[in-house]
Parts: sequence; structure tokens; C-alpha cells
Amino acid sequence: MSILVNLLGLGAIAFVIYWFWLWRPQSAARSAGGAIEITVADGVYSPNHIEIPAGENATLRFLRKDPSPCAAMVIFDGLNISEELPVGHAKDIRIQAQEKGVYKFNCQMNMYQGSLKVV
Amino acid sequence: MNQTLSEQGALIAIQGAGCQSCVKKIKHALTPLTDTDKVSVDLQQQTVAIDAAVDIPAALEAIRQLGYPAELKENQQDKENKRNNDGAADDHCELNTEKLESSPEQNASPPSTGQAGVIQLNITGAKCAACVSKIEQALQNVPGVASASMNFADRTAAVEGDADTDALIQAVEQAGYGATPATDDAADQEAKEKAEQAYYKRLLQNMWLALVLGVPLMAWGLLGGEMMVQTGLSQFAWLAVGLITLGVMAKSGGHFYTGAWKAFKNHSANMDTLIATGTGAAWLYSMAVAALPQAVPEMARHVYFEASAMIIGLINLGLALEVRARGKTSQAIKRLLDLQPKTARVIRDGDEKDIPIENVRKGDLLRVRPGEKIAVDGEVRDGKSLVDESMLTGEPIPVEKKQGDKVSAGALNKTGSMTYVAVKVGKDTALAQIIAMVKKAQNAKPPLGRLADKISAVFVPVVLIIAVIAALAWYNFGPDPRIAHMLVAATTVLIIACPCALGLATPMSVMVGVGKAAEAGVLIRNGGALQQAGELATLVLDKTGTITEGKPSVLEIQAVDGRDQTELLRLAASLEKASEHPLGMAIVESAREQSLTLSDPVDFHSESGQGVTGVIDGVTVLLGNRRWMETNHIDASPLKEAADKLAEQAATPLFMATDGALAGVIAVADKIKSDSRDAIARLRERGLRVIMLTGDVKRSAEAIAKQVGVDEVIAEVLPEDKARVIRDLRQKAAQGELVGMVGDGVNDAPALAEADVGFAIGTGTDVAIESADITLMRGSLHGLADAIEVSRATVRNIKQNLFGAFIYNALGIPVAAGLLYPLLGVLMSPVLAGAAMSMSSVTVVSNANRLRLFKSSAANAQHQQEEKAA
Repeated sequence: MSILVNLLGLGAIAFVIYWFWLWRPQSAARSAGGAIEITVADGVYSPNHIEIPAGENATLRFLRKDPSPCAAMVIFDGLNISEELPVGHAKDIRIQAQEKGVYKFNCQMNMYQGSLKVV
Repeated sequence: MNQTLSEQGALIAIQGAGCQSCVKKIKHALTPLTDTDKVSVDLQQQTVAIDAAVDIPAALEAIRQLGYPAELKENQQDKENKRNNDGAADDHCELNTEKLESSPEQNASPPSTGQAGVIQLNITGAKCAACVSKIEQALQNVPGVASASMNFADRTAAVEGDADTDALIQAVEQAGYGATPATDDAADQEAKEKAEQAYYKRLLQNMWLALVLGVPLMAWGLLGGEMMVQTGLSQFAWLAVGLITLGVMAKSGGHFYTGAWKAFKNHSANMDTLIATGTGAAWLYSMAVAALPQAVPEMARHVYFEASAMIIGLINLGLALEVRARGKTSQAIKRLLDLQPKTARVIRDGDEKDIPIENVRKGDLLRVRPGEKIAVDGEVRDGKSLVDESMLTGEPIPVEKKQGDKVSAGALNKTGSMTYVAVKVGKDTALAQIIAMVKKAQNAKPPLGRLADKISAVFVPVVLIIAVIAALAWYNFGPDPRIAHMLVAATTVLIIACPCALGLATPMSVMVGVGKAAEAGVLIRNGGALQQAGELATLVLDKTGTITEGKPSVLEIQAVDGRDQTELLRLAASLEKASEHPLGMAIVESAREQSLTLSDPVDFHSESGQGVTGVIDGVTVLLGNRRWMETNHIDASPLKEAADKLAEQAATPLFMATDGALAGVIAVADKIKSDSRDAIARLRERGLRVIMLTGDVKRSAEAIAKQVGVDEVIAEVLPEDKARVIRDLRQKAAQGELVGMVGDGVNDAPALAEADVGFAIGTGTDVAIESADITLMRGSLHGLADAIEVSRATVRNIKQNLFGAFIYNALGIPVAAGLLYPLLGVLMSPVLAGAAMSMSSVTVVSNANRLRLFKSSAANAQHQQEEKAA
């Protein structure tokens, strides 16, 4: 019994490490010609992995459904973008052409997290 | 005709230009190719518009060589084609624009975002009115659209009918333009407040529901009631309580569980994850005990339903208090939004009527009566009044406005009635730009907060791991009942950990600090500047326009041998009549003030850096410095002493000779701002080394330096060398010592960009607010001291918050895991952890709100004086 409990515990730790840190997204949302829509609700951006081509402008359309102030801001690290998202109607954020790389975006408290990959 | 040369100019699409220095670089690169006065760079649209003859391939190449991809968007050929199609294209644009701008009826009740059946869009990429019909047509083709009209003047389109916004945007995009749903700042703010109020109420309801169950259960346990599951009736009772608890958890805390699940599916973890796992574990364990008490050792048959309910209740309470406290952090923005009047009194065809502010168009004649606010940026046509701009610029003294003066939206008209012509409306007004800039800066993060960001990004999984380790430690090494201890320790760790406090520490202080600065007329552009302003060791102040008024005037005229001073002034002013030199302009201005009649100079000649000569009414006049006199073999020695004295008074002496004989000396001085000395003293008291930078001669510069009390003077610096001086100072500065530069933001832009923090100082809302890291809206250098004090107070507040949040988690988590058990023999209750967690973020927000009480030292001193006087 004791070994089982310990193994379960160690398994849980390994799972946390794998699931939250080691896992890499297989697919990312891409633009189909227009803006890429991102819903802000229940603690997550859906989709939260976005891919845009390098050297091209893109528009991300955020629709915030979560009224909690946590969800109010979206901040793009390294792109000098921080915008307030209104509840209930879309907010377009225009991403000027960028160089290749991964740019994280998150709420003020880093609870909502997403990544913008420029490929 | 040279095929590559476009007489009509060109529109070039560029990429990657993001700041004013890019604009300068592009204009500079185009200097040999075209008239750069006709070049405008639009950073938002990423276009370079050239309205003069230009060699297009050369222009494209020049821009590309700077590193900005460039391609031709529209050239002469296109324009000419349009001309042929539309008649004179530009005229057509003009006509159309006028038609659109001057048809108030067409937009009599402008649609707003919130209005039923009307969708307002912001349009980008429309360059001339020919685009208008294309966009309108594209919108009208969308199913459900009853009518679509575009206002070219403010680049908005109003669509009536029952159409989908996304479809409209797509239609505009397909037509080759850009569109976004238009939002109104004030309406947004109102909607935000409503949503927050509703959310607050919901949180309170959730809290009450959870506490109504949790408090009696906890009281039962504390008052000695049985919390252990026995067989028989008590087992059924606890099973019933467990089901009720589940219902309450779903109703009051459902959002935590859905949030946690969705985050989990997305491979991310947030606060919901911790709450859901903690309360879920407590409930599951209790339910297992209630259902199968025999499966666990007798001592471990304890239930923790009260913990789940209480934690949900307390966290809802914490969130509600946080929502309340957060509302206060955006008060500065609210105050700025409130400055914008909702209506304006427009005069059309002799009739005056109040119309919604959105309907005001450029060129409209408006009236403002005493006690009303100016509606849009404009120019006074008629009347005069005192106008209070303190809410915009921090300048406490009302300014007199008369015909020809500029007025800004949001300023309060105090005494008289005036009419003014609308010059800038909508998003172009200084007020709208200030609001946009403050909003943006409020969300900026100073470098100080980056560590907290890094920690909060990995915080939740780390806490999950700590909780498992704590549980295993209790299981392996703890006393009996081990399984119950395991559960309590793990749940308490999960609940006490608060990523929110860490995440909130920086942004909340920045929100309040930036807002507080804006109230004092200090606009901070980014988080780095907010932090670094308070860390500056050296401040370089440009003299002209920063320490001085920037408007030289004639201080004194000394004539030789009883000559007539007025005549000397008249001759000198006639000679300088066409001058653009500030000293020459000062002499002309002085003559005009005395209503002297000026003559036209004959045989005018000027020698750069020395002086000018010419014949006025038959008299040969020489005006310039001592070297100019020597060059022309005039003995200036009789006035040497007088000139030296004038230089010591910080004036620039200009020698004058008529018909080959020394006639007198005219002293021109730039008045020092009345409060420069006090403000510089304030800066020095704060430990800053203050340096004055000027192109003046050393003696005159030193005289000013002495009057205002700076530490050091760097004189005789040519304007183009200012940036180099700043670079040298930065290189010489000790490791980590920062150098700030204060200038007017236009002529000093390269020096401001070179400094660690560049401050643009302006008078009123005219200042180019995007030109520097920090903009001081009022001309006084006290604004600079205020900026530095606000920066230091904000950074102090952030540090307190970060320290509090770090310490809270660093102490709270080990205590929750049971570190104190060997000493005190007790484990922290998960309910206590819930209370501590919900209060931690409220404490951070409340501490940030303390910044709202911040007063600059100048304001404090004034307050004390007033109290003494009272």
C-alpha cells in the first residue's frame, strides 16, 4: 500500500511536469484569410496557440466572455501591445509584420496564457 | 518625361517603422530626392505619402536601404488614371470630402456601437473620397444591410440594417481596405463598469450561498459537534451534507471547476486549477469517508465539507473585494473620460443648437458659454475668456484665450462666451490622444515586474508539485491519522498559494502611478520610463524653452553719445525685418510693440555667426557681435564694459554701428521661467546632478546657470551636437547611472532619444505627446520633479507589493505544508488558508490604491502653506 501511494504521488508529479511544461502544441490556429478569432472565457484563450506568417500583418479578434477583471487585459510580450478587452464584443488587435519567433501573450496576472508563433 | 519621375508624388507602403525616429530617418533619406516638407509618414498605416515630384525607384531604394521593406502603393499613373475616370481626382476627393463633411443632415443622428440596428466601423486605408463609394458599395452588398454611409473625414462607416459585423468587416477587407468595429471610450468605460457591477453582485451571491452552508458546518465542528463519520444515522446525515455541499460548490464555485477543466485541456494551469483541485480533493475525500467509512482508519474518518464550502465562499468574497478595489485604480482614466462633453453647441446658418459630440465636424463653428467645457480642439473665432486647462495639463492657472488662440477639448471655459472653429475632432483631439496614451501606459510593465511574471508563469504547476510532495511527506513520515493529515496539508498548500497577488503586484501600482502622473500633466509612455525616471542620476536640461521661456526679448538698449535709443531700435529692426533668427525676431517684435515704422533694407548682407549689414534710409547699419565690429574695423571698446555687464545678466549683447561709427548695444535676453529656480532646487534636493545645455556663449550661459542654480553648464553646443553630448555623458557615467534629457521634443528629438529617459516639455496641449518617453504638458520644470517623485513612489509601491506577494507565498506555502507541526503540533486549517488567500490579492490592490493619495512635494508644501495661512 505504502509503495503504491508513493508511486501514485511520483506519477502525479511526473504528469504535472509533462502536461504543463513538456507538452508541445501539435497544431496552431492559422488565419484563413481574415482575422483569427480568439475567445476569452473560463480562464483560457481558445485557441491559445496562433501561427502567423513572418513579414505579414495579421489581425487577432478577441471576444471576451469572462467578466472577471482577470480577463480584462491582453498583453503581448515584446510587441509593446497591451489592450483592454471589452466584455461581449470583439476587439481587433492588429499585429504588424514581425520577424520569426514566439511571442507570448497573457492577461495581467499571467493566468490566461497564449503564444503567437511567427513562422 | 522621365518615366521614373512622378510629378504628382507617390504613396509607398512600408513595413516595420514604429517610432518617430524611424519617421526622421525616412524623411532624411528622402531629402535629396524630394521636398521633405511634402513627405508624411503614417506609422499606423505604414505608408509614406509624398506630395511632390519624386523619383519613385530612388525613393523606394532609399527607404529599403534603411531596412524598411517598401513598395509602391499608388503612383502618378494610378492617380492620373483616376483623374481620367473621375474628373480631377484630387478635386473630386475635395468635393466629396466637403460634401460629406458639410452634410450634417446625412449624419444627423450618428449611429453608435450600442444603437440597435446600426453598426459603426472604423475604416483604414481609405486615401481619398473615391474610396468612399467603393467601401459603401462593398458594405451595401452584404446581406441584411439597409444602408451604408461612410464619413471620409473621420474614416468611419455607419451601417444600418441587420447585418453581421464580421461579414461587414470581411466585405471591407475584400474591397482592399481595413475595418474594425468602432468603439467609444466613454461607452466602453460605462459598459465595463456595468459588467463589473454585475460580476460583483454575482460574486457576492455566490459568497452568501457558500457561507450559509459553510459557517454553520464550521461552527458545528468548532463547538464540539461530531465531524467524524460513524456508522448508522450519522453516515447518512454526512452523505446528505456531502450532496448539498456538491450542489453549493457547483452553484457558487462552478466557474472555478469549468475554468480549471478548460485550462487543463489546454495544458495550462491557473488559479482555478488550485481552487478546484483543493476543494475538489477535500470533498472527494470527505465523500469517500462518508460512503465507505470502513475503508479508512478510524482516526481518519473526518469530513471536510465545511472546508470546501468555506473556501469557495471566502474566495468569492476576495474576488468581489478585488473587483471593487480594482475599479478605483482606473479612476484617473475615468476622470479624463469625464472631461469630454457629450454635446457641443454648433452654429449653423446662424442657428445655434446642441448636437452630439460625434456629429461635430472639422470646420464647424461652435459656441462655448461660461461654465461649459470646450467640446473639441479648435481655434477661437470670436470673444475672449479665461480657460482652465488644469485637468489636462496640470497647469493650475487659467489661461486667457482670445481670437486666434487654440483651445483644447475638455478644458473648462470660466468667464466669457466664445465661438471657435473645430480643428481636431474625435480621436484626433489632444484629450483623446492623452486618454489613449495613458490607457496604453497603464498596461505597460516596468522591467521590475518581469521576475514576478516569470514566476507566475510557472507558479501553479510548481504549487501542484509541492502539494504532492507535502502529501507524500505526511504519508511517509507523519503521525496518524496519516491519510487525513495528507489531505489537509495538500489542500491547504493548494488553497493558500496565491498567484494573483504576484501577478497583480506590478500592474496595479502601474495603473495608479501612471494615472496619478497624468493628473499632474505628466504623460508616461512606457513602463521602462516609469521605472527609470526615478533612477536617474543626471538630468540634462536644454536651456531655451526649458529653463527659459524660449521667447527672447529686448532687455535693454544702450546708445553712444546720447543717440536716440528708439531710432537705434528702428534701424536695427528694419535691418532684421526678414530675419528668422530668434534674436533678430526679438528686435523686430520689440519695434512692433512700440509701433515703429520699419523701412526696407538695401544691400543686405549677413555673415553667419557674426552679424548683418545693410543700408536703411541711406544709413549704413551694422549689427552683430564684437567680432563683426572688428571685421568691419569698428572700435567697440567704449561699450565693452557695458556689454560684459549685460552678458553677466544672462543677456546676449549685440553691437550696432551706423555709418562706420559705434552707435550702441542692444541686449536681447530670453526670460527665465519664474519657477525654474525652485524646480531645479527640488531636483537637486532629490540627489540629481542637474546640467544645463545651451548654444549660448559661456559667459551668458554661466550667468543663467548661476541664477537658476544648476550644478554644471555645457555651453556653446551646436544643436546637432546635443545628442553627442548626451552620448558622452552616458559613456562617462558610472555603471548603472542613468542620464535623462529634457527638451522641447521637436528640435531636441535626437538628444531625447539618446538619453535613458527623454522628457519633452511643452506648454499646454500643443506639445507633441508621442515625441519622448515622458511628456510634461505644462511648461514648468516642476512637472519634471513631479514625474520623478511619482516614478519613485510607484516603484516603491511595486516593490512593497512584490515583497508582500513573495513573502506571503514563501512563508504561507511551507506553513500550509505543515512545517510548524513539529513545533506547535497543529496543521493549518484549509479554511484559514482560504481566508488568507482571498485577502492577499485584496491587500495588493489596496496597497496600490494607497498611491492615489500621493502628493508631490510641491503640492504638499503648498498645502502646508495654505494650512498655515488658514
